[in-house]
Amino acid sequence: MGSSHLRPWTAMAIRARLGFVILLSLFFSATLSTALYEDQVGLADWHHKYIGKVKHAVFHTQKTGRKRVVVSTEENVVASLDLRTGFIFWRNVLGKNDHIDQVDIALGKYVVTLSSGGSILRAWNLPDGQMIWESTLPVSTLSKSSLYVLANMNVGKDNLILVFGGSSIHALSSMDGQIVWRKELSIDSLEIQQIFQPHDSDIINAVGFVGSSEFVVYQISYRTGEVMQQSKASFESGFCGEASLVFDNLVVALDASKSSLVSISFKNEVINFHQINLSDLVPDFSGKVTLLPLKFNGMLAIEIASSILLLRVKGANELEFVEKISHPFAFSDALPLSKEQQAFAILQHDESKIHFKVKSDNDLRNEILKETIQMDSQRGNIEKVFINNYIRTDRTHGFRFLVVMEDHSLLLIQQGEIVWSREDGLASIVDSTTSELPVEKEGVSVAEVEHNLFEWLKGHLLKLKGTLMLASPDEVAAIQAIRLKSSEKNKMTRDHNGFRKLIIVLTRAGKVLALHTGDGRVVWSVLLPALRRSETCGNPFALRVYQWQVPHHHAMHENPSVLVVGRCGHGFDAPGIFSIVDSYTGKVQNSLILEHSVSHIMPLPLTDSTEQRLHLIIDAKLQAHLYPKNSDSLKHFFNEMPNIYWYSVEVEKNKIKGYSLESKAELDTAEEYVFQAKELWSIIFPSESEKIAVTATRKMNEIVHTQAKVVADQDVMYKYVSKNILFVATVAPKAAGEIGSATPEEALLYAYLIDTVSGRILHRVCHQGAQGPVHAVVSENWVVYHYFNLRAHRYEMSVIEIYDQSRADNKDVWKLVLGKHNLTAPVSLYSRPDVMVKSQSYFFTHSVKSMAVTATAKGITSKQLLIGTIGDQVLALDKRFLDPRRSVNPTQSEKEEGIIPLTDSLPIVPQSYITHSLQVEGLRSMVTIPAKLESTTLVFSYGVDLFFTRIAPSRTYDSLTEDFSYALLLITIVVLVAAIFVTWALSEKKELKEKWR
Amino acid sequence: MRSSAALFNPSPPLVLLLPLLLFSHLLPRALAADLGSGDGYTIAGRVKLDGATSKESGLPAKPTNIKVILNGGQSISFARADGYFSFHNVPAGTHLIEVAALGYFFSPVRVDISARNPGKIQAALTENRRVLYELILEPLREEQYYEKREPFSIMSLMKSPMGLMMGFMLLVMFVMPKLMENIDPEEMRRAQEDMRAQGVPSLSSLLPRSN
Repeated sequence: MGSSHLRPWTAMAIRARLGFVILLSLFFSATLSTALYEDQVGLADWHHKYIGKVKHAVFHTQKTGRKRVVVSTEENVVASLDLRTGFIFWRNVLGKNDHIDQVDIALGKYVVTLSSGGSILRAWNLPDGQMIWESTLPVSTLSKSSLYVLANMNVGKDNLILVFGGSSIHALSSMDGQIVWRKELSIDSLEIQQIFQPHDSDIINAVGFVGSSEFVVYQISYRTGEVMQQSKASFESGFCGEASLVFDNLVVALDASKSSLVSISFKNEVINFHQINLSDLVPDFSGKVTLLPLKFNGMLAIEIASSILLLRVKGANELEFVEKISHPFAFSDALPLSKEQQAFAILQHDESKIHFKVKSDNDLRNEILKETIQMDSQRGNIEKVFINNYIRTDRTHGFRFLVVMEDHSLLLIQQGEIVWSREDGLASIVDSTTSELPVEKEGVSVAEVEHNLFEWLKGHLLKLKGTLMLASPDEVAAIQAIRLKSSEKNKMTRDHNGFRKLIIVLTRAGKVLALHTGDGRVVWSVLLPALRRSETCGNPFALRVYQWQVPHHHAMHENPSVLVVGRCGHGFDAPGIFSIVDSYTGKVQNSLILEHSVSHIMPLPLTDSTEQRLHLIIDAKLQAHLYPKNSDSLKHFFNEMPNIYWYSVEVEKNKIKGYSLESKAELDTAEEYVFQAKELWSIIFPSESEKIAVTATRKMNEIVHTQAKVVADQDVMYKYVSKNILFVATVAPKAAGEIGSATPEEALLYAYLIDTVSGRILHRVCHQGAQGPVHAVVSENWVVYHYFNLRAHRYEMSVIEIYDQSRADNKDVWKLVLGKHNLTAPVSLYSRPDVMVKSQSYFFTHSVKSMAVTATAKGITSKQLLIGTIGDQVLALDKRFLDPRRSVNPTQSEKEEGIIPLTDSLPIVPQSYITHSLQVEGLRSMVTIPAKLESTTLVFSYGVDLFFTRIAPSRTYDSLTEDFSYALLLITIVVLVAAIFVTWALSEKKELKEKWR
Repeated sequence: MRSSAALFNPSPPLVLLLPLLLFSHLLPRALAADLGSGDGYTIAGRVKLDGATSKESGLPAKPTNIKVILNGGQSISFARADGYFSFHNVPAGTHLIEVAALGYFFSPVRVDISARNPGKIQAALTENRRVLYELILEPLREEQYYEKREPFSIMSLMKSPMGLMMGFMLLVMFVMPKLMENIDPEEMRRAQEDMRAQGVPSLSSLLPRSN
């Protein structure tokens, strides 16, 4: 009965809502985009720039001009930072496979980067980051390539940049990147280890290994690349490939068994080997030796049984023990102080302190500088250090340390103080979730209301002037300041509209940070001990973050918490890691290493009595583990157990499997939280013709407001709203690669809609001549996916909407009256759901990196698609553009309903970029969070940069906008009241006159 | 560098001549496909941002890092200061080049590298199917990311809800009495009597000072 009433009621409701929205949109003369005025930038949005974990750093500190440091990072960013503040002067984000191998400065004005396994060399202008030249080198990708920028030989003349790897050396001009000479040393399996240039000579020395036992030295002409001299010698016990250049004529290498050192001296075609006996230096030596890369003349660093020994090389077979260092530590490269003197830094951790030592080769026993600083323990250990010197006023050397920490943050330390720090771990966010802020306590008014009416009115008058374009530039600045200063958005309490929240992010380094949505500042951060490298877990790996406890009824006094799931190692069978972190304080409440692996995590829509969310972890052996482990959660779980289904996608096997849970009769009672999975169905795609490209499902917490859609002719269509819809796209294996690798004839794309409970394929459609990459988003009863059409050679976006036909006849009133409607029809798993599918395709200009859809609190507001384009911008596209009912000539009633006439491509309105004139470099994902205010969605997009804004897909119909002018309203009212009195006086007068007459 | 200006497809020479004359100095680089020492071809072209600077979008006059993207991110190159870019070791086939420059809208470009006819390259804009004789990429339009504030005008004030309210009031004040004048005095009196009979509260009765 309920459903039969539904039809006219919902129809009316939808009508009313539609009418309301149309009225509103007419009222505000809305375009389809939510555009922004330039002076509104920064009101609701913030943008933070990051670079990622620094791999290499080169200082550029000349006496004149800005002091800067050029860095390359693991996020493939090359950037120039201000050495005084840490701000980014410029940065360039290279392609995702274009990993930077090395960075250097040439000619004092170009930053040179070697990337893509040594095959691309680029030069960037040091002041502004403009690319000057680019050169591609034919390098075999098997061997590691290195860069060597020759020291300034002839001032004013072009310098050569050497790139070596495997058996080839390329010399390029640093002016234009042209290859000056190229030398292929025609020996098989040659690995050049080092290139160096002895002082003041035209000769370059190259040393390397051939195979595993031969050592070669080449002397090559600097100008022509000709081999002047070549010598070779073999060592019977062999080398393992690691070597360290100690002097211009001495190399120390590890032998094949990695248990002893071999010093190799070479001079004038004579090569001598000396086996060095380590037991002389280390009495109780056994096991393996590792050679640490320490680029310092006459010094050697080796690691034996987890302690590090610094050795001084005195001669070919003479080593002297200098110092023993224990973990954790970091070395810097050598820094030339003068022609004869070099220095390097050793950093050592001691609890929360870091000891800095700088040694020079004149006196290795003592330090030039010794400092100790206190370090925030949430930054972890030191990973890398780069040093730079400056001359103090008393002509002694001072040192700056650029330190990379375990959490990927970057710090500059000078004179025992942290000058600046950058939280660059935020460039590699793995996952995110949100948390509400605490409720404002009664009696304690945190709100700083405007002081008096006069101030308030003045502020609004200013705003009014601004909106009427009457304000002078000074006043505009004042308005901007008032708006940005408003402390309202940065408060640490919950607000009425739900705009203020905490975004809790998990980074690749295993750090959890809480960002305030008001300005993106870090509220707290914690480097999870469970996700740090330790003896029990050598290679931890952060996976996901979930809401663990969201107290609102029963456990009001408790703080909410989040669950961080990780894995010990990259294999699927590696044991899992669990950590529970308080969302308000960042305190780790609980942390454990699981006994089982983690292959799938399912937050269930159930909570126990303390409002902890129940999570089901499926391990590699297909056993389901229930968390939290308490009897209460078990009780709740048992009630819902028959309703729990899940699926797994095995991309390599081209398989999708569906599971349910089996009651654990056969398991022993000790494992009462462990359940067995039961395979229900499986779909195997034929591997010769299809390959799974992408899968997508609806968001678990999405809310659908209306089940039905009223179409133009007073007809109702029921949405097929199911949480269990899975969208799968498969492509032909031949066309599974990049664009350009397949012809239209061999490319095929299939789109499937699968019910994950029954495994039934609800719909299947084939796109001829289409290929990936496919991006898809599922919401309510529709799927939008983006792919490449090879025939038209353009990107395309398709929409599939799915409607429930079984309820479609529920609209005949007579049937209803006679009781003949099919509400009593049995619902069965085996009956084929009667669905109707509508779809349409459109061209779309850009490549897409990521797609998302807006989410609002009640699901009433119309939806927008968020499209992360290849240019790292986020475009908001109204769902109405992707409506399968669009036609070239919509009827009058369809027009009234708001159907847009069909065009072959989707419009790109620049004003609807929610990132406006910013770019979220390296964009990876967009997250939408509903605000309490129905019209508004919060959008958090992350990549190398972070960007947050709030958008209103149908404009803010439920609240006044920021620039609503209260002053104008007040003035109008005053004027109206005045007018009333004036007219009243006039009418009195007139009446009197009438009476006298 | 064995560069060849082999982009030109066999079309009438007259059509060719014009671009040739105009861009002859650019030709060696503007669009060249050569069989490099690697296992593919080289696509070289130029991004041209005519002195058209977007002053109003609030962006720097010229973006310093214009990215040129091959096949949706397979490889990314940067345009140099003079706009030239190149991709090396590109296999034969049909490729897609996109340009990402903040403030400008570029059409993606379809680039065909013929396998049978080495070194022959054809290019066309995918948005409007315009064939390019040189790989000189120009923006189709500039993009303004911000809504422009309408300058102050009486009309905009009138159109606002408050303005409409005031307008209506003025209408009532000045037009209604005129309408009243046209009404027959007899009828008017009758209507007024009716109103009095019904006891419609007049403003004067509401106010404390009544007669």
